[in-house]
Amino acid sequence: MTAATTLDPHPVAVIGARVTTAGVLRSEWTKIRSLRSTYWTIIVTVVVSIGFGAIVSAVQAANWPHASPGDKASFHPVMASLGGIYFGQLGIGVLGVLLVSGEYSTGMIRATLTAVPKRLPVLWAKLAVFSAVTAVAAFLTSFIAFFVGQALLSRQHIGTSLGQSPALRDVVGAALYIIVIGILGMALGALLRNTAAGISTLVGLVFLLPILAEALPSSWTRHILPYMPANAGQALWTDGDVAHLAPWTGFGVLCAYAAAAIALAAYGLMRRDA
Amino acid sequence: MIEAHALTKRYGDKTAVSDLSFTIAPGIVTGFLGPNGAGKSTTMRMVVGLDRPTEGSVTVNGRPYRDHVAPLHEVGILLEAKSVHTGRSAYNHLLALAQTNNIPRSRVDEMVDLVGLHEVARKRAGGFSLGMGQRLGIAAALLGDPGTVVLDEPVNGLDPEGVLWIRNLLKGLAAEGRTVFVSSHLMSEMAVTAEHLIVIGRGRLIADTSVAEFVGRASHKVVRVVSPHAAKLRELIVGPDVTVTSGEPSVLEIHGLSNQDIGNVAAEHGIVLYELTPQLASLEDAFMELTRDDVEFKAGQPLAGATAGEVR
Repeated sequence: MTAATTLDPHPVAVIGARVTTAGVLRSEWTKIRSLRSTYWTIIVTVVVSIGFGAIVSAVQAANWPHASPGDKASFHPVMASLGGIYFGQLGIGVLGVLLVSGEYSTGMIRATLTAVPKRLPVLWAKLAVFSAVTAVAAFLTSFIAFFVGQALLSRQHIGTSLGQSPALRDVVGAALYIIVIGILGMALGALLRNTAAGISTLVGLVFLLPILAEALPSSWTRHILPYMPANAGQALWTDGDVAHLAPWTGFGVLCAYAAAAIALAAYGLMRRDA
Repeated sequence: MIEAHALTKRYGDKTAVSDLSFTIAPGIVTGFLGPNGAGKSTTMRMVVGLDRPTEGSVTVNGRPYRDHVAPLHEVGILLEAKSVHTGRSAYNHLLALAQTNNIPRSRVDEMVDLVGLHEVARKRAGGFSLGMGQRLGIAAALLGDPGTVVLDEPVNGLDPEGVLWIRNLLKGLAAEGRTVFVSSHLMSEMAVTAEHLIVIGRGRLIADTSVAEFVGRASHKVVRVVSPHAAKLRELIVGPDVTVTSGEPSVLEIHGLSNQDIGNVAAEHGIVLYELTPQLASLEDAFMELTRDDVEFKAGQPLAGATAGEVR
């Protein structure tokens, strides 16, 4: 190429151009912060999770004087405040799907993969940036939900504190769970390349699969249900349920699902035409 | 420099590109012609590694595209299909692409100004008109100051001013020594922009030639003659291999003889000629001629016997 150009009065501008890990990370950060859907989905997760937790906690507190001994025995203050995360997780999950499926549905993926034709660095950078953003949102969500819920419960002196085991593990665990559900969503977006299909599959895995598993004979359910992705992950932060695996074992199983899905997504990204 | 070697792409049973070999040289605009569905876009996608060839290979400056350390500096591509997230602003779209290759922000500003999108750079690309979208695509293609530019139907959706702008841009890029490879279904556009042509039909190479040669090859060897003694000339030259058509009494269109032959005959018989012009086929005619059998989707042929008069 000739040095003198009329197009580019400052050819020096692109000297040193090369694909680097830092560059691809910066690019993915620019992408995630420049879409409205990022903000909406995070707001949904934060507001729904904290909101539901607050409502449940407030209702429990108000009802406490009239609660049956059975209700009182099974009452779990951490779960009252974190229960909203059952629904709130969907926001981050959808963000994970959208982050990849949105590139396919709009055609952006073609620009992305021409800029980084080795492809895999894009997936890893997306994963890293998404995990970091999600981590901030998830930890904020679970800690705020916990503190708001406990503040409401403390009026009846039925709250708990982070110092009382396993409250801290539950709160941290709920945040970790949200992050991994998001990563699962991202992998589904990359595998299916379609927003509707990705979100439906995620909803199916998290909400419908457990219901189907419940319909099986109970001797089967006992062996299957704990290994469903969402149920396994919830073992980390919803203690007390005998159908669950041990907390970290369960979380490990969820992580294994997510890792397998990401591995498949990586394989697909390398093998398939964009 | 783009080099394709026996490039083949099959999707299931369907062969989109078949055994295509060509070299796109720097310094000139090379046009890529073919009817719809001929495999132009597929070929361009294979150049930048979006589609993997089933067989064969294609390299840019001697290497597969994906092996370059600064891909955007090697090839700038504008695909026919949109490649922009509709929810993102033009500026952030360009910035995100620039960052992957460590291209500075200043270059993004430069490109925004170059394509005249300054006013709307902060608006979401989803609201852009076709023409603005094309300009954004061009800005993205030129971000890395690429040595090779690949553009799929760049004048699509542009107004006349935009078409002229692209035309001059392409010529300017080629004059700077860059490799410019541009597809178009507008033959007239290629006639004024390109110097060299790669013509394909049904995924196969039909012609790899200069524009002048391409037109010459497909010309029908028709010579237009204007003479006050047209009728006399006609009688003298008409024969088994020579046909003459005539719209006006003094004008002849002669097939089958060269202009030299006609001139000699006229001189021998003292016939005055006002005009003796070999008719060149237009690029469009040449293209139609060459790709007649390679059009994938033909308009329906009229039924035998159903002449215009019988159609009710």
